[in-house]
Amino acid sequence: MTKQRPRVDVVLIGFGWTGAMYAEKLTAAGLEVLALERGPWRDTHSDFATTFAQDELRYYWRHAMFQEASQETLTFRNNSAQTALPMRRWGSFLPGNGVGGAGVHWNGQTYRFLPSDFVARSHNEERYGPLPPDMTVQDYGVTYDELEPHFDHFDKICGIGGQAGNLRGEILPGGNPFEGPRSDHYPTPPMQMTFSQDRFGEAARQLGLSPFPVPSANMSRAYVNPLGMQLAPCTYCGYCEKYGCGNYSKASPQTTILPALMQRRNFSLRTNSEVLSVEKTADGSRASGVTYVDTSGEVVFQPAEIVVLCAYPLQNTRLLLLSNIGTPYDPRSGEGVVGKNYCYQVMSSVTVFFEEEHTNGFVGAGALGMAVDDYNGDNFDHSGLGFIGGGYIACNTTNARPIESHPVPEGVPNWGSRWKRAVRENFLKTADVGVHGASMAHRGNHLDLDPTYTDARGRPLLRMTYDFTLNDRRLTAHLTPVAEEIARGMGGREIKVNARRGSYDTMPYQTTHNTGGTIMGTDPATSVVNRYCQSWDLPNLFVSGAGLFPQNAGYNPTATVAALAYWSAEAIVSRYLPDPGPLVRT
Amino acid sequence: MRRLRDMLLASTLAGGLGLGAVPSAPAQELAFSQVERGRYLATAADCMACHTNIEEDGEAYAGGRGLETPFGVIYSANLTPDETTGIGRWSRDEFYRALNEGVGRDGEHLYPAMPYTHFTLISRADADAIYDYLFTLEPVRNERPENELPFPLTLRQTLAGWKMLFFEQREFAVDPDRPQEWNRGRYLVDALAHCGACHTGKNVLGADKDDEYLRGGTLENWFAPNIRGGVNGGIADWEVEDIVRFLRDGRARHTAPMQRMGEVVGLSTQHLAEEDLRAMAVYLKSLDDRPREAPEAPDQARLEIGAAIYFDNCAACHAADRAGVPYIFAPLGSSNKVAAEDPSTAIRIILGGARAEATRAAPSQLAMPPFAWKLSDRQVADLLTYLRHAGERKAGPVSASQVEDMRRYLEEK
Amino acid sequence: MTSFTRRQAVRLLLLAGTALAAPRLMAREYGQGEGTPWAPMSGDVPHHGTGEERFLGPAEHAAVAAICARLIPSDEDGAGAAEADVVTFIDRQLAGFYGRGQNWYMKGPFGEGTSTQGYQSEHPPAMLYRLALAELDAYCRAEHGAPFADLGADDQDAILAGLEGEEIEFDRVSAKTFFDLVLENAIEGFFADPIYGGNRDMVGWRYVGFPGTRYDYRDFINHNGAAIVLEPVGLSGRPGWSGP
Repeated sequence: MTKQRPRVDVVLIGFGWTGAMYAEKLTAAGLEVLALERGPWRDTHSDFATTFAQDELRYYWRHAMFQEASQETLTFRNNSAQTALPMRRWGSFLPGNGVGGAGVHWNGQTYRFLPSDFVARSHNEERYGPLPPDMTVQDYGVTYDELEPHFDHFDKICGIGGQAGNLRGEILPGGNPFEGPRSDHYPTPPMQMTFSQDRFGEAARQLGLSPFPVPSANMSRAYVNPLGMQLAPCTYCGYCEKYGCGNYSKASPQTTILPALMQRRNFSLRTNSEVLSVEKTADGSRASGVTYVDTSGEVVFQPAEIVVLCAYPLQNTRLLLLSNIGTPYDPRSGEGVVGKNYCYQVMSSVTVFFEEEHTNGFVGAGALGMAVDDYNGDNFDHSGLGFIGGGYIACNTTNARPIESHPVPEGVPNWGSRWKRAVRENFLKTADVGVHGASMAHRGNHLDLDPTYTDARGRPLLRMTYDFTLNDRRLTAHLTPVAEEIARGMGGREIKVNARRGSYDTMPYQTTHNTGGTIMGTDPATSVVNRYCQSWDLPNLFVSGAGLFPQNAGYNPTATVAALAYWSAEAIVSRYLPDPGPLVRT
Repeated sequence: MRRLRDMLLASTLAGGLGLGAVPSAPAQELAFSQVERGRYLATAADCMACHTNIEEDGEAYAGGRGLETPFGVIYSANLTPDETTGIGRWSRDEFYRALNEGVGRDGEHLYPAMPYTHFTLISRADADAIYDYLFTLEPVRNERPENELPFPLTLRQTLAGWKMLFFEQREFAVDPDRPQEWNRGRYLVDALAHCGACHTGKNVLGADKDDEYLRGGTLENWFAPNIRGGVNGGIADWEVEDIVRFLRDGRARHTAPMQRMGEVVGLSTQHLAEEDLRAMAVYLKSLDDRPREAPEAPDQARLEIGAAIYFDNCAACHAADRAGVPYIFAPLGSSNKVAAEDPSTAIRIILGGARAEATRAAPSQLAMPPFAWKLSDRQVADLLTYLRHAGERKAGPVSASQVEDMRRYLEEK
Repeated sequence: MTSFTRRQAVRLLLLAGTALAAPRLMAREYGQGEGTPWAPMSGDVPHHGTGEERFLGPAEHAAVAAICARLIPSDEDGAGAAEADVVTFIDRQLAGFYGRGQNWYMKGPFGEGTSTQGYQSEHPPAMLYRLALAELDAYCRAEHGAPFADLGADDQDAILAGLEGEEIEFDRVSAKTFFDLVLENAIEGFFADPIYGGNRDMVGWRYVGFPGTRYDYRDFINHNGAAIVLEPVGLSGRPGWSGP
């Protein structure tokens, strides 16, 4: 027997970064908002205080704050000819769980996608001619210029530190000259760099590249955001990604939005409440609300005027499939949209081993780094290269957490005395030059429901079919040698190239930047939502997150995810509420 | 709590404070301004804090909050105009008499947990305004629990003797040689805000010691610090503006209000007019204090251990040089809590943690985590001994047994 | 005094088991202007794996200790798994939620899987250890006439290399999966915080120069390539926090 709760104006499914953003904007507009989060409440003092946050075993290796695979995982195969098997424990990516979601345990690298990334198909075809038929790259339907005010707002909410490279069209020294025009400076200065970044910067400049400080959500100084939230200066403790920040110095939903939001009487949040499906009205024309189950086992129907999917991209896709909303994507025919264009990123790196100098990686922060963008997006001529897109190349000093980070030079065995000695000799003397490569959509890479495996409640798991594409392989083969060249210029004893070869492997951690599945676009035949992130099928259903990306760019996604959420929330307030129907007519 | 916040959100400045000049005027045409004035005065007096069962989400002003006193638990009265459980049948005179004389409706003496030793200074006009405001509240039926007091304190007659010794019915006397602002500040501090209820030391019978006026007091195992200014007072290094910020925003360069003082700022002072906060600050700054005696020098080994514990545990927020981060993490070198003669509050915060009050101006709820699970009594004592010695104002060593007592109190709480 | 005293451990359990710990797992509603919850003396302090629980039997214990001692040997260059007491770490881990595979997805059907599909054993870690150790024991007795722990270092190394290189295979479980897991757990036990039983006296951290759970390196940002000498500190402290 399903219980029914009183109707609310808006129900948010999932309460991480985008949930907090929609909640803040929609409650400010006077709407009554309820967020449903399937994980627990989390806050700095209770869950990752400075007295115990720096615990590598608990938070990373035992997944204290990640989604429990036993509750829900996904199955994986490299291609449709294989049988997908469940990811029994997390490896290559780490979905968040609980209040704040992955926003609690991100590194804080806050890049904006390039203007050309939002028009990837039209831009590249105009410059290089038609893309291969299997390359299902699409335009977003929204442009960088339209999103810019929302990028700017997110910068100010987080107090992002950085050096502007393009201020309203003027190229400024020390910043990223390739970035889209910014309407304002970064709200705080860049982080203070360490030895490794200095060496990287010199080496990159020697090669004629343009190094700039990584835009950082780790605070370079104390900051108060537009909601009055206070952020403290980062202490370079080296526990950002996979960890919560204990001293309020990393922008997260907890440090930038939640306490202000929790003062508002038209907002409420229910934790440990997992949404099972988005429900439709009898005529199927609108969402009527959601059904959720909580830890007491009680199944509840929550009616709502507006439903927003704010979970992780993989879960948003699965929820649409389980709710029979939108046409599932079929890779054979290329028809259908839900689950289409799943993308990842192609990561590689070069480790520099120093002989005398100490890099002291434990003096680190998630977004402490210098980067070059000369090989990102369409910042360089791709003529004759056989691929599009690119990636940034960066030297970040994020940590020296020893279980995770103990690189050894080429030729050292995996264990035993030689290994142990090599770990010791190099532990404090390595720097990493990483390539953060884009991933372009391909017809065969997609998400659907698994025919065999089910979650803890007996419902089908999501199935991921994914492998690196020819574009990915050419991209990484082109960019990794550039990183190698920079690394060689950094003055170390030797380097080690960690190239990305072979098929995508789910075990080694790469990046929690899974995208696509609920993509946005200009045409209901090829996208799940319109340019306002509004479902083509149900006009009162909105979708957030990196699942909106038609393909993945060579950047960390959070700022773009945020800009899209703020853009969409603004569209709800200024366009949808006065006339609650489709915002794009077809 | 929802209703409580509704009321606070609506609270606005209701003009200047009556220093005995405004006549009682409940006439119809004055109803609005009178109620607003009453709401403001009730806010300044922070009636809500004691008369709302905050711990159990009670209705605003409906009483029933258990107040820990050295003599037992006293439950606060229901101030809503409910006829049977509230003040619905109280007359204006009876209400004034309660504030002014500490006498209940039936002539019984009130326990001095109700700070009538301060409220006796409230003008009749202000009392009437508060009364008029309280009568606009929704009546809430809420029976007050029996007080948990030992004999003979259960007998109200016992209070007659106490009052004879320690209570003096009096009027607020304006000092004509001082500016209006100072007088207004003093009226707020002494009469309405009753700061001395916590910040003035008490004798064994719970009465203010005159020579301890605002020099700090111990209450419910908190030490409410010295809030005198001048050159020797506990807040000598606070500027007027710092005090205003502390009371208005809940954030100052030196510290933020937490727990009990957090309630005061959250429920009361952040809603007051800035000119009133400034007046209070000016008054407090005018109060000098006697110089402190030099404390005994601690053992060098303890200082080294304390410094090590500090650097490893505390620098993450308070910085290696103890300078903190202004408005976010308290600087400890100049901390009034650390350097207090009675280290109770510092011990308590290290063991149990603390959280800055969220205010309208500063919604962040910055919290210090508890160290009870991590540091032994001895380690907390060494840490504090180091901090008290290294600070700008030196204070004496802390013993492990002091920490042990507080730990036991917190664990049993 | 880097390990937890009994008293601290008890108190820690009390804290972990009370206050926020239980209610946080139940569905609960927040908001409506009431701010965020807080209570003194509360916090989700470390709990899992900090106690005295055990899984391995004596022979299993000896075998795991011997394996770890070859993976991370004690030698002239410094301490190894033995000094770090890695086996105690592994024992506690196997006895807890990790050993039970409690937050892993352990529903069938189970398939062989490709190299890119990750862990596909039907057994959670503790049971994988138990079955693999039994087969390892049988193998060592059959091939070398003695249990693993009693063999010479060279033989032990050769056997471990055989497991890693899939030259030695077991019937009921994957020898390679077992090897990979033990290596992973041994490194965890060498470098995890001492409260979990391994990295005793922070020997793993001292060996590589990791300063541990410090949370403020602002004074060292400008190191410019120079060594930073800092005593390591664990979640339960370091010797410098106590008097002689």
